[in-house]
Amino acid sequence: MTAMIDVADAQKTFTMHLQGGIELPVVRGVTFHVDPGECVVLSGPSGAGKSSILKMIFGNYRCDSGRIGIRHRGTLIDLATAEPRQVLNVRRSTIGYVSQFLRAVPRVPTIDVVAEPLIAGGMSRTDAQARAGSLLHRLNIPERLWQLPPATFSGGEQQRVNIARGFISDLPILILDEPTASLDAANRAVVVELIAEKKRQGVAMVAIVHDDEIRHLIADRIVDVTSFAAAA
Amino acid sequence: MADQGMLEQHVLENDEPLLIAESLSKSYGRIAACRDVSFALYPGEVLAIVGESGSGKSTLLQLLSGQLAASGGHVSYRMRDGVTRDLATLGEAERRFLFRTDWGFVHQDPAHGLRMAVSAGANVGERLMAVGWNHYGRIRDTASDWLTRVEIDFARIDDAPRTYSGGMRQRLQIARNLVTEPRLVFMDEPTGGLDVSVQARLLDLLRSLVAELHLAVIIVTHDLAVARLLSHRVMVMKGGRVIETGLTDQVLDDPREPYTQLLVSSILPP
Repeated sequence: MTAMIDVADAQKTFTMHLQGGIELPVVRGVTFHVDPGECVVLSGPSGAGKSSILKMIFGNYRCDSGRIGIRHRGTLIDLATAEPRQVLNVRRSTIGYVSQFLRAVPRVPTIDVVAEPLIAGGMSRTDAQARAGSLLHRLNIPERLWQLPPATFSGGEQQRVNIARGFISDLPILILDEPTASLDAANRAVVVELIAEKKRQGVAMVAIVHDDEIRHLIADRIVDVTSFAAAA
Repeated sequence: MADQGMLEQHVLENDEPLLIAESLSKSYGRIAACRDVSFALYPGEVLAIVGESGSGKSTLLQLLSGQLAASGGHVSYRMRDGVTRDLATLGEAERRFLFRTDWGFVHQDPAHGLRMAVSAGANVGERLMAVGWNHYGRIRDTASDWLTRVEIDFARIDDAPRTYSGGMRQRLQIARNLVTEPRLVFMDEPTGGLDVSVQARLLDLLRSLVAELHLAVIIVTHDLAVARLLSHRVMVMKGGRVIETGLTDQVLDDPREPYTQLLVSSILPP
């Protein structure tokens, strides 16, 4: 099978110029792949570099060496060396990122925050909002909140809005950065269901989850990040 | 089907830069305000130029928009007819026409981009008349449309901008610039000098207009939050040079150069 994500020997070090140029090795030798329809969970203690790896796969952190291979419209692109425009194209049509926190746009109503990725992809506003509505329903966000901007919502509600926004599109790769943190049991179960649906659609996923039970439910494979620890 | 065709056309058009800067430099006597700046801007792309005052970012904006002659290097622009031309070879009339049609320029101080004593409607309509519109009713309709789009109450259309608040003036300046459907808009600290709440509203408006109209924008700002919210790409300037450039979230979340790290670390946490 052709991998959707193919990371090979990726390395990342931070150089902190304001702290006298101290070098902070994060990871090295990162090598793993993710096939379509598969959810790979990164494991390892806090500080092992799990989030950094997710950010490298999304092109948010630069990579010092190695390859971040992403299958984009049928061809493998190396995000480690891609032009900004290419990275943006990959994000528009290939990789979605569900982070822990919603970077709220001040005045946009919740329903539009969720529908936006579909509208940006060319779907009509009405259709996009209908899909946004059904996802918000599933994630137990009451309809009376849909027309309000999410900035004033509780942490859990904001996260569910963020999950709805992340899961709404039909992107073939999803990056999940603790998607169930701060959710109650009922909503965690919904997220597990959404992930299972994405797998059936052939979506490749990389995730960080701290909850053992959830990890057990969603992981097809576990990649232990401690083996990529960069010795200082 | 029609949508599909449009999409493909979009992709094709996007493959060619709209504006190209090659080794742009400007010196004032022995002082180099801008040194060896090169980049290409594509349709629909928002580029933020960041740096502190004196870093050369405003000089660069003036060079790019042909308001200042470069000491070295070239700026070329792909005109509406598809031909890419060196700005220095354009005649004065051609340059002015470009400014009135295909380009916009949003100044930090709206008083520089507006005529403060004539009505809001006339401020917007004037740009249309400059490109040959002469039907009063249509001009007024289009002007009022644009005032609505920038969230200015129609009831204020006959009032002069000097009676407007700072935020309203800035929104009016934006309407005046966008009414001719430019493909490229230069912005010089468009949210500077506004209250925080007014800034947020303006940024929000700019963000949606830029996406809807598929505008290319070159925005100069010292506010990294503005760059993050609006831009795809960022160039960090210091001492007249571009010291770091890349995808906006990459440069801001994983800054490489000492000066960029200093800028990023100087932001107060929200």
